[in-house]
Amino acid sequence: MITHAIFFYIFSFIAIVSAIMLTVSKNTVHSVFFLILDFISISCLFIMIGAEFLGMIMLIVYVGAVAVLFLFVVMMLNVAQQKNEWFSARKSNSHIPIGLLVSLIVFFELIIVIGGWKYKTNIQDSISLNISSELSNTHSLGNVIYTDYILLFQLSGMILLVAMIGAIVLTFRHRSGLKRQSYIKQISRDRAEGVELVEVESNKGVKIDV
Amino acid sequence: MLEYINIFFFEIYKILFLLIPVLVSVAMIVWLDRRVWAFVQKRRGPNVVGPFGLLQSLADGLKYVFKEIIIPASSNKIIFILAPIVTMTLALIAWSVIPFSETLVLADINVGILYLFAVSSLGVYGIIMGGWASNSKYSFLGAIRSAAQMVSYEVSIGVIIINVLLCVGSLNLSDIVKAQQNIWFVIPLFPMFVIFFISALAETNRPPFDLPEAEAELVAGYQTEYSGMMYAMFWLGEYANILLMCAMGSILFLGGWLSPVDLFPFNIIPGPLWLIFKILLLFILFALVKAIVPRYRYDQLMRIGWKIFLPLSLIWVVLTAGYLLYFDLLPMN
Repeated sequence: MITHAIFFYIFSFIAIVSAIMLTVSKNTVHSVFFLILDFISISCLFIMIGAEFLGMIMLIVYVGAVAVLFLFVVMMLNVAQQKNEWFSARKSNSHIPIGLLVSLIVFFELIIVIGGWKYKTNIQDSISLNISSELSNTHSLGNVIYTDYILLFQLSGMILLVAMIGAIVLTFRHRSGLKRQSYIKQISRDRAEGVELVEVESNKGVKIDV
Repeated sequence: MLEYINIFFFEIYKILFLLIPVLVSVAMIVWLDRRVWAFVQKRRGPNVVGPFGLLQSLADGLKYVFKEIIIPASSNKIIFILAPIVTMTLALIAWSVIPFSETLVLADINVGILYLFAVSSLGVYGIIMGGWASNSKYSFLGAIRSAAQMVSYEVSIGVIIINVLLCVGSLNLSDIVKAQQNIWFVIPLFPMFVIFFISALAETNRPPFDLPEAEAELVAGYQTEYSGMMYAMFWLGEYANILLMCAMGSILFLGGWLSPVDLFPFNIIPGPLWLIFKILLLFILFALVKAIVPRYRYDQLMRIGWKIFLPLSLIWVVLTAGYLLYFDLLPMN
């Protein structure tokens, strides 16, 4: 049990420190790396409470895919430079009150959610329902998601699909005058189209462009 | 307290017992790779150092250790040094869940295949970090190409894994092998095996998909600025990843430690040897592909990944699920 506690404190310490560093660090790329470290330590915490499926999915989805895209965008935009210029500008303090307000609201919302969760008895009953210790984490999650909550599960999938299509539609520009390669055309080229045998007369040469 | 220390040292001993053979075999397959490549092109390959040139990789390693490590002045030094370490570590920690026989496995966790998938999807970070921190155009372009390629092919590998999992009903790697007692999944899921093999080539940046280090365009891609031991770590991590992909292929499709038939001359060979034999077989296929197939163009690579492999494997998931459901073969537990 003591090792469990030690590891819990190690991982939660790393998680909190990297979350703080994520906001404090001046270099945006460093921030994204701290975000990744945060994700990894949180997935370790998930694994420690026995939710190994959630922990692994966290790693695959957030660290393996979402954070890679974050990193891509940040590296491409080269925000680090812009941010430094912005910090050195005169009005750099104007964002602090708004940020404080937003974070205070989020903080109180979290307190309300956690408080309500703790004191509302029927929610507590429903979370301790039919979780058998024999079934693995993955099995019990699948048993619930694909039976009782199938509608919500499918709906969230649909929402993600719509969001993806929306993002593609918003960023897609149809440019004219673009040369595209057609694979069918490239493969189905035969010798007669591509090669021509020319008798070259001496001292005359060949006119290539036809 | 003494008990904890005992457990600690026992675990360390087990880890070393796995890690050292993996590192040695990584060095050996580098030699094998070059040998196969040379034989296809009617050359001799490395044959001078040691018997058959077996110690060539060791000599190369020694050379890298004694070379100077050059860190570019304008690079981001911490991330620059961290990148090869990340690549190497991720390539090695994945081996902890590979089952060499029914009992010979370091960590027999419930979600073994997800762990493998997660670690291989983290592998992209070593490359992005190296490419970005070098602060060089070639490195950065190579890193971006590589990252886009790895993320794209992970999608189809994930869907292929779902195919296998539908037939097994468990995420545990030992269970996946045991489910192939009667028939290896390579027979019913043969198209998926082919797609897995090609995706594994792309995932490990092997030819014909070695666009990230296309030496004609990008010098050496994300490793352009690396030298000495740091370059060697990238190189070892890459080959450890290739071996890992071969191990994953043999566990998912070729029955892991199981012998092909349960008859006399085959079943006296111990399980770990069968697994090693299958890994080597897949690796020789990897090496042959490197020698035979010319490099792809980048848009062709992306087209195969997204427009052909992904729909094909999704269709195959529907087919497998429908077949299993209709004939009531779904593994329930």
